[in-house]
Amino acid sequence: MPAATPVVEMRDVTVTFPGVRALDGVDFRMFPGEVHSLMGENGAGKSTLVKALTGALRPDSGSIAVDGRPLEQASPRKSQALGVSTVYQDTNLLPTLSVTENIMLGRESRWGPFIDRSATQARARALLKELALDIDPAAELGELPFALQQLVAVARAIGIDAKVLVLDEPTASLDGDEVADLFRVIRHLKRRGTAILFVSHFLDQVYEIADRLTVLRDGALVGEYRTDDILRIELVHKMIGPQYAAIEDVAPVDFSQQFAGDSGPVVEAVGLGRRGRVAPFDFVAREGEVVGIAGLLGSGRTEVARLLSAVDRPDTGRLRVSGAGRRVRTPRTALRHRIVYASENRQNEGIIESFSVRDNILIALQADRGWYRPISRRRQEELATSYIQALNIRPADPDAVVRDLSGGNQQKVLLARWLAIAPRLLILDEPTRGIDIGTKAEVQRLVNDLAANGMAVVFISAELDEVLRLSTRIVVMRDREMMADIANDGASSGKVLTMIAGGGAP
Amino acid sequence: MKNLLAARLTWPVVALAALLLLNFVLQPNFFSIRVQDGHLYGSLIDIVRNGAPTVLVALGMTLVIATRGLDLSVGSIVAIAGAVACSILASSGSEANVPVVIVAVAAALAAALVLGAWNGFLVAVVGIPPIVATLILMTAGRGLALLITQGQIVTVSSAAYRVIGAGFALGLPVSILIAAVIYAAAALLTRKTALGMLIDAVGVNPIASRIAGVPVKGINWSVYAFSGLCAGVAGLMISSNVTAADSNSAGLWIELDAILAVVIGGTPVGGGRFSLSGTLVGAFIIQTLTATAYTAGIAPGVMLVLKAIVVAAVCVMQAPRVRSRAQRRVPSRPRAGVRS
Amino acid sequence: MSGAGPNGLRRLPKRRHLSWTVSLGLLIVLFIFGAIRFPGFVSGQVVLDLFVDNAYLIVLAVGMTFVVISGGLDLSVGSVLGLSTVIAAALLRAHWSPGAVIIVVLLVGSALGLLVGLGIHYLSIQPFVATLISMFFARGLCYVLSPDSIAISDPFFLGMAQAQLPVGFGLEVSPSVPVALLVVLAGVLVLHWTMFGRTVYAVGNGGRAASLMGVPVARTVVLVYVISGFCAALAGILFSFYTLSGYSLTGVGLELDTIAAVVIGGTVLSGGSGYLWGSILGVLVLGTVNALITFDGTLGTWWSKIIAGALLLVFVLVQRLVLRRRRADSGGSKPEEPGARARAWASDVGRGGLRDG
Repeated sequence: MPAATPVVEMRDVTVTFPGVRALDGVDFRMFPGEVHSLMGENGAGKSTLVKALTGALRPDSGSIAVDGRPLEQASPRKSQALGVSTVYQDTNLLPTLSVTENIMLGRESRWGPFIDRSATQARARALLKELALDIDPAAELGELPFALQQLVAVARAIGIDAKVLVLDEPTASLDGDEVADLFRVIRHLKRRGTAILFVSHFLDQVYEIADRLTVLRDGALVGEYRTDDILRIELVHKMIGPQYAAIEDVAPVDFSQQFAGDSGPVVEAVGLGRRGRVAPFDFVAREGEVVGIAGLLGSGRTEVARLLSAVDRPDTGRLRVSGAGRRVRTPRTALRHRIVYASENRQNEGIIESFSVRDNILIALQADRGWYRPISRRRQEELATSYIQALNIRPADPDAVVRDLSGGNQQKVLLARWLAIAPRLLILDEPTRGIDIGTKAEVQRLVNDLAANGMAVVFISAELDEVLRLSTRIVVMRDREMMADIANDGASSGKVLTMIAGGGAP
Repeated sequence: MKNLLAARLTWPVVALAALLLLNFVLQPNFFSIRVQDGHLYGSLIDIVRNGAPTVLVALGMTLVIATRGLDLSVGSIVAIAGAVACSILASSGSEANVPVVIVAVAAALAAALVLGAWNGFLVAVVGIPPIVATLILMTAGRGLALLITQGQIVTVSSAAYRVIGAGFALGLPVSILIAAVIYAAAALLTRKTALGMLIDAVGVNPIASRIAGVPVKGINWSVYAFSGLCAGVAGLMISSNVTAADSNSAGLWIELDAILAVVIGGTPVGGGRFSLSGTLVGAFIIQTLTATAYTAGIAPGVMLVLKAIVVAAVCVMQAPRVRSRAQRRVPSRPRAGVRS
Repeated sequence: MSGAGPNGLRRLPKRRHLSWTVSLGLLIVLFIFGAIRFPGFVSGQVVLDLFVDNAYLIVLAVGMTFVVISGGLDLSVGSVLGLSTVIAAALLRAHWSPGAVIIVVLLVGSALGLLVGLGIHYLSIQPFVATLISMFFARGLCYVLSPDSIAISDPFFLGMAQAQLPVGFGLEVSPSVPVALLVVLAGVLVLHWTMFGRTVYAVGNGGRAASLMGVPVARTVVLVYVISGFCAALAGILFSFYTLSGYSLTGVGLELDTIAAVVIGGTVLSGGSGYLWGSILGVLVLGTVNALITFDGTLGTWWSKIIAGALLLVFVLVQRLVLRRRRADSGGSKPEEPGARARAWASDVGRGGLRDG
């Protein structure tokens, strides 16, 4: 590695949001001509660090320097002026404009006040040529495959004479060949001396392209490593971290005490898949079992859950629900068959923020009964109070507005909402993320109890420990594919970790 | 929730009271109601009666706005309903005949319902933005009304038809009774069943509502249909009151009054918890204002300008709320600091 | 790369041309229909009269094209046009000089647009609501100034109304036509050949991407509504040349015709895509429909409103289908709910789009 002076140097950077310390005194550096990967799970602070670097937000304390010059009063413009260019994962470019226009927007060649179109296009073409990209500069961007759009974004980014190129999840939607194309461009830029920050969830790719990596967890720096020096399994350990404390009082699953009834399938998926989201998979959920879905962020675990609950529409395969005559196509019909999806995105897809706790608990039940059969006032009180007690929701006031509750209590309100309709299959997507440790233990205990009473539960978590502790069966996701579906026999931790990490034996 | 509602209603009610008081000062006999031939007469009765169409249109508009929509076509539907009813009556040759009037009224209401459902279809199923979808009917609808009346003002002389807009029953103008019944029905439907809660949910967070099994499309569809129906009834009242269908000017600018009533009543533009009582107060404020302007000799044009300024002011006042809501929408910031 | 000719339009990809080629086809079909049905329909003067009769609509469409491409919609154009005729007529009645009158009218229109733009940007009022308010406000001002029609007898305006400019072959046009064509030319230059024009397209793609690309979103949004207000005022002047009166009910419902013209011309209502030339084509389609109605003589004028609405609807539906298929092609995620883009944009612009993952 170049022993030269770092081109990016962040020292003791702290960023806080109300209630959360997103980055906690993090040091970070990058050298010219290296590909540096930023690793960490959800909420680890990767995006916050990227935003601090690109000027999208200002840190509360600490210093950031690019090429020796400090980034002060940060803004995207200032960061760009210092030589940091960014390619964002999704909303990056303008699909209705041409490739040329996208690459050159804001720095077109001009002739007086007018754009010199041919000169502008020539510059764009030269830039594409330098990257050895065979893209028609006159094509409309939206008409190109997504991979090429991504490469156009790279072309735009380096056109601003970037010293540092930030690639935020650039490969999230690319297939193998497309990734190879991108990597070719990255290697080319590396030879030019550009420092490249490569943020990705795909370990295979990180190991293929990155020279060094920095691991973050819960907003704190875990360490900086040379890719060659760290085994995959170690890396995954460092990202996921050990889990301790209050969780210990949740009894591990006692398999002998499992639901004794006739364990019929509740939901059966055959070849279910959605292009660009998750490869076709088979899956069965049976009464009384907890199926854990393990995998890193972006591995397709959420997509599986959304397809199983008909929140997203599949483009291949079938979802068979026992007892359902017709195909289940909408969340409403899924709910009618008592299949429930508790989204990881509590704010946007969970709570109805200006509603009371009571109404939030009752909305799904009420929607299911139909508007013309209102739940009586007394029954509403009963239900709300009993769930508030059972789940220990604070404040214990059914009339409290739900947006004023803490994250953990909002989560409990949502659990109450789903439990109120007596689900047969409960799909919990990251139910314990961002909530305090005590609540976490309560949620875990609840999952245990529900399964013991015959409910089928699908449990998704970034924390492997939690998945191992709760599940009777474990499904492993990697790179948008279902890799394995194995019984949790208590000794599979190493095996699962290996499968999550991929790339053969560690 | 009651406290919230009460708080939301406080200012509109104060404003209404102040306006009424102002009228009392201008016109000491403002509050007097006299009985003549068993019918009630007086300034207040006039205000309520003239306000009945506005109340109805605003009622439908409230539910539409609650689901993050907007219905610009109500004025045209008013014109079409009047045009349909009057054309049927005029061409029937026996317009005094009560069954004929019933057919005419039913046809007009059916037309209004269909047009409302059409708006709902475009918004909920096809996914056209509400403003565009209803703008089409707002303008093309006037054309339809003119088509029905062949560009003429169709006058009728049916006494039975006149009852709707100018008749009396139980001592009160019939139009007040009709509006009261529909308002009460809507209030009962939304507050005694779970409909109100589901509409609220769709307006506050459509995505979460969908996942929670709320029939988002169906609700969107029905609020536009209801809005169309309300506009249809209002159209009958207006045309019955003047015993004519004027396709060009019937219901012109009524969408402004309706939006204004809704906004004054505290239902936020852009969706959220709606308040029917707020809309009622809002509609009466507007009607009283119009009456006041009339007695004070202010030109109707000035009123239009004033109304536009009031809507703008209320929108601006809502702006911080919109902003803080936008903040809460961002996932990773668990609890935004700003509260409204 | 073959199509790199000197003409800017030629270099853009085919897909963009699709919509307005359909409109061109429609125009031709209308003319063939007219030729078969009415003798004398296809003549040089009829074609020129399309421009004469719709000069004001062309100018409106130019402004509206800017707004729609930027992702907005201006509902106030009809009212601002009406207000302009009333202001012009009232000031002329008060013996102002025509030059001063025209300047005042243009300033008022631009100022209304400025207010709308500022309201949208700084108070985060929804764009549609802001222009709706402006629509009512301008119409109210019309009534305030004069509820009755005011005739214009100013010699300059009379001259403009009566002048006929020969264009050869014994054909003539009114002075409004060159004015409208100048506006079109200026519009094309600004929209397609300047950085500001690029920015309008960028903003129409979604404010977030544009601001991440370092584009001045705020300034662009405000300017776009100023342009639309200016165009509406200018159209009002042309309209008063045409009718020689100012009347408070002038231009009611004109926003629909304007939006229809823009959409028929291939500009997508969700923003970011479209052509100024296309909008002119849209005006001609509407104008031809009206001409056919006039030639027929038995059809009521209301048919023009109904047909404009129907055409707008058809083109919006087609856009919707194309868009939906495109989204399906690119494996887009969740279905867009109404207003999602505007809100996401407002929240992003307001707060720099903080989003941790």
